[in-house]
Amino acid sequence: MKLSNDWRPTATLEVLKLRARLLERIRAFFSERGVLEVETPMLSGAATTDPALASFVTRYVGPLFPHGRTMYLHSSPEFPMKRLLAAGCGSIYQIGKVFRDGESGRLHNPEFTLIEWYRIGFDHHRLMDETSELVMRLLPTRLGLAAPERLTYREAFQRFAGIDPHTAAAADFATTAWSHRISVPPALLAHNDLAIWRDLLLTHLVEPELGQGRLTFLHDYPASQASLARVLPGEPPVAARFELYLNGVELANGFHELADPAEQRTRFERQLHARTAEGLPAVPMDGPLLAALEHGLPDCAGVALGFDRLVMIAAGASSIADVIAFPVDRA
Amino acid sequence: MATYSTNEFKAGLKVMLDGDPATIVENEFVKPGKGQAFSRVRIRNLKTGRTIERTFKSGETIEAADVVDVEMQYLYNDGQFWHFMNPETYEQLASDKNAIGDNAKWMKEQDVCIITLWNGVPLVVEPPNTVVLKIVETDPGLKGDTSGGGGKPATLETGAVVRVPLFIQNGETIKVNTRTGEYISRA
Repeated sequence: MKLSNDWRPTATLEVLKLRARLLERIRAFFSERGVLEVETPMLSGAATTDPALASFVTRYVGPLFPHGRTMYLHSSPEFPMKRLLAAGCGSIYQIGKVFRDGESGRLHNPEFTLIEWYRIGFDHHRLMDETSELVMRLLPTRLGLAAPERLTYREAFQRFAGIDPHTAAAADFATTAWSHRISVPPALLAHNDLAIWRDLLLTHLVEPELGQGRLTFLHDYPASQASLARVLPGEPPVAARFELYLNGVELANGFHELADPAEQRTRFERQLHARTAEGLPAVPMDGPLLAALEHGLPDCAGVALGFDRLVMIAAGASSIADVIAFPVDRA
Repeated sequence: MATYSTNEFKAGLKVMLDGDPATIVENEFVKPGKGQAFSRVRIRNLKTGRTIERTFKSGETIEAADVVDVEMQYLYNDGQFWHFMNPETYEQLASDKNAIGDNAKWMKEQDVCIITLWNGVPLVVEPPNTVVLKIVETDPGLKGDTSGGGGKPATLETGAVVRVPLFIQNGETIKVNTRTGEYISRA
């Protein structure tokens, strides 16, 4: 029998050492600022309702739950961290593994490491400042990055796709896709969900242009893509949400956090309806989070930074498999 | 009808695209953290040889193409068809001009070719990477020139014309790279 080499790590020892060094520096960064490191459960009785995220599901059977309890591997530590914030723990961060079913590719592995932190009294702009500081401190100076830039979602679409993402209809997005020689997926032709059309142009035309030689923060998302961010009034209203890009790669996603429990419940319910409509499995919404918001979430901003992708850029790697010891096909 | 979902996409997968058989050259999974996932594929039409880019929404399916590669020995040409035999089963099949295309000039009896079959019919015939062929016509080289610099055209037994070094003579057999059409060495 031929011996397989599949037991070997896909990352070099040098890269694994770089990971460890960067983690130390991240902890030092937060320690200097008095941000508390916390740990929250990876297994939860609730799951994200976001139709774009698929949770792994498993089952606990034993004391407390003799007949078993369906549990989900978290796709982000956001909900329990907000419960800690509501309980008065101040600014916090967490470094941990998160899990997303169905995601594997050059930039994706179904489990990956997130650095997630929340800052009391910050809005999303102040948190962009801090995210820049952290990322610039972690990346090697030889990258020679220029000063970070901020682009609104609208500016980026106008500049790189020639379309206003807030006012365009499905037919306009389709015309733009065709004029840029993007083959429109057949399943999209009859689709009026503008978020999916925006994602098509975002991934094909906009993202590759972002973060060229500098950090680019994309902010002021369409209100329908607010996720867990508060919505700012205006014409049109936009979500107080940002994403960070470098070399065309999405590195972080942050919000000025939604604190309104009624609005949060409405968003959960809307997403659950969307899941049903798309034939996706129903999941329990996070009751304890809603209760914590009822109790009161302090005004805060939070961000999740993809650690593995950051290591990729620091190491000059082209695939996430080059920076993790054992990707899903060797796990 | 067999189908593949985007989760099964990988290089080499044979699928039907716009009514033609095609092979996936490269598949990239793209997805905004909080958004729709897509498969961006580079895909080669096996009839025209052209490679294009296509995007699929994750979860979409595409019809599978009954395309297989088989090794077969070239037997002879009857003026219209090129005849091949499977050296193990002795099964024979014939290929028309479309599948052979420009490769006709490399087809030498007994050589083992890779034939891409679509629904059992030859779609593409690939000769071996290198073939050994006899020179049937070339100008006599200059006396004493062994450098090979410059070269001259030589017509081979299959009709192909390649540039050979000046010292190569009529009647010699040479090794040729069929992918580049270049002379490699004396055989």
